[in-house]
Amino acid sequence: MHRTHTDREYEAKLEDLRRRLIVMAERVDEMVEASVRAVVARDAALARTVIDRDADVDRWELECDELCLLVLARWQPMASDLRFITIALKMVTDLERIGDLAVNIAERAQRLAEMVPLEYATIPRMGEAVRKMLGDAVSAFVIGDAELARAVLRADDAVDEDYHQVFRALMQLMQSDPALIDRGIQVQSVAKFLERIGDHATNLAEQAIFMVAGKDVRHLHGG
Amino acid sequence: MTVAPPAPSVAPSAAETRPKLVSRQLEAWFGDNRVLKGVDMEVPARRVTAIIGPSGCGKSTYIRCLNRMHEMVPGARMAGRIELDGVDVYGPDVDPVLLRRKVGMVFQKPNPFPTMSIRDNVLAGLRLSRRKVAKTEAEAIVEKALRGAALWDEVKDQLKKPGTDLSGGQQQRLCIARSIAVEPEVLLMDEPASALDPIATARIEDLLHELKERYTIVIVTHNMQQAARVSDQTAFFLSGELVEMADTNTIFTSPGDRRTEDYITGKFG
Repeated sequence: MHRTHTDREYEAKLEDLRRRLIVMAERVDEMVEASVRAVVARDAALARTVIDRDADVDRWELECDELCLLVLARWQPMASDLRFITIALKMVTDLERIGDLAVNIAERAQRLAEMVPLEYATIPRMGEAVRKMLGDAVSAFVIGDAELARAVLRADDAVDEDYHQVFRALMQLMQSDPALIDRGIQVQSVAKFLERIGDHATNLAEQAIFMVAGKDVRHLHGG
Repeated sequence: MTVAPPAPSVAPSAAETRPKLVSRQLEAWFGDNRVLKGVDMEVPARRVTAIIGPSGCGKSTYIRCLNRMHEMVPGARMAGRIELDGVDVYGPDVDPVLLRRKVGMVFQKPNPFPTMSIRDNVLAGLRLSRRKVAKTEAEAIVEKALRGAALWDEVKDQLKKPGTDLSGGQQQRLCIARSIAVEPEVLLMDEPASALDPIATARIEDLLHELKERYTIVIVTHNMQQAARVSDQTAFFLSGELVEMADTNTIFTSPGDRRTEDYITGKFG
């Protein structure tokens, strides 16, 4: 049975915050998807649309923070409500950072679009992996599934490994052909940004576990 | 940089770790109405224990059983066992009046004796127990109790004025002074700040942090923020049962029982 708060105004504010977080996560995910597609398709115009959306993400972050402060000041939430508000304050920071990283990828996409193509098959795979992590972390938060959130923590190891593979492969490539250094550095940056997005998705998953189980699992798992 | 080693931790003695009050299968009735249904609970010494729960859950009845005030209500009775320092407070050798000196109570509405001065209000408990007190000793007791209740500085020049001349918050602290003048071991407080404004409430809450150094405190409150602010342990009562008791940080961040969670977050099904 879904239990709602007796105070409907309070219930509405918490629901508004939950909805805003989900919408923000969806928009940020779209930015990550578009930024990686812009790299692969060498589409500078698509990359531009990602960069233009960053201001929206910044605004949403401020609005969510404001809503959290308002609820804290007026209702003094307790127990799971208190955990929800405190993690919402952290989630918006992680989501905003993911938006920034999507912008960083889009900027690299613009530069790569001006260069001779370079094969980078691992990048789309990393993009899919971190988007799945982001989606699962947010789903875990929405449906209260700590197990799904724990799967995100495990998935981060694979993303880290992918990044190290890309790094090693690009180093070899650039050593063998210094003409590739410019492009290699751009691609390596994209891989690093994706790996960082994976870290932020991991943070979101840890917050989901805290929300569901009331246990702080930060810094307890490897990596 | 030199870092001083941490001070060696001192292990608490057995007397400090033993609960001050224990109830076992405590039942209470008003006539046929069973208001407590087998409450097992341990109140730690020199801590503030808050009891929260909706109206009619039995929390006030529970603390009134602890100092045998419940039995003073016509038609009221109890069953089960309550121990103070391991001694059955309902045992045949226990004098309820002496018990209430050890286990004092502060009520929701400040109730200074209206015909008495501030000074005489503080001494009222001693006089009721027919203890003779020399004048110089009485002055020392009045000052100590009023200081202990954080009221001395405000009333030291008007001790002969009627207690009822004071503000509501001051009257409540006067009642606390009256309770601690008889040097109790436990202070039971039944909604002690619910009739007070926020400043007077803050004074009482601030005082509780000092009082727990010397006394075991059990406070019944409807105000959950107050329970969260002042207590070390919180017990949640519902329909005459103890649902959950844990340290206050746990109760207000991650309670173990769904009913506690629903109550403190204000939910209905």
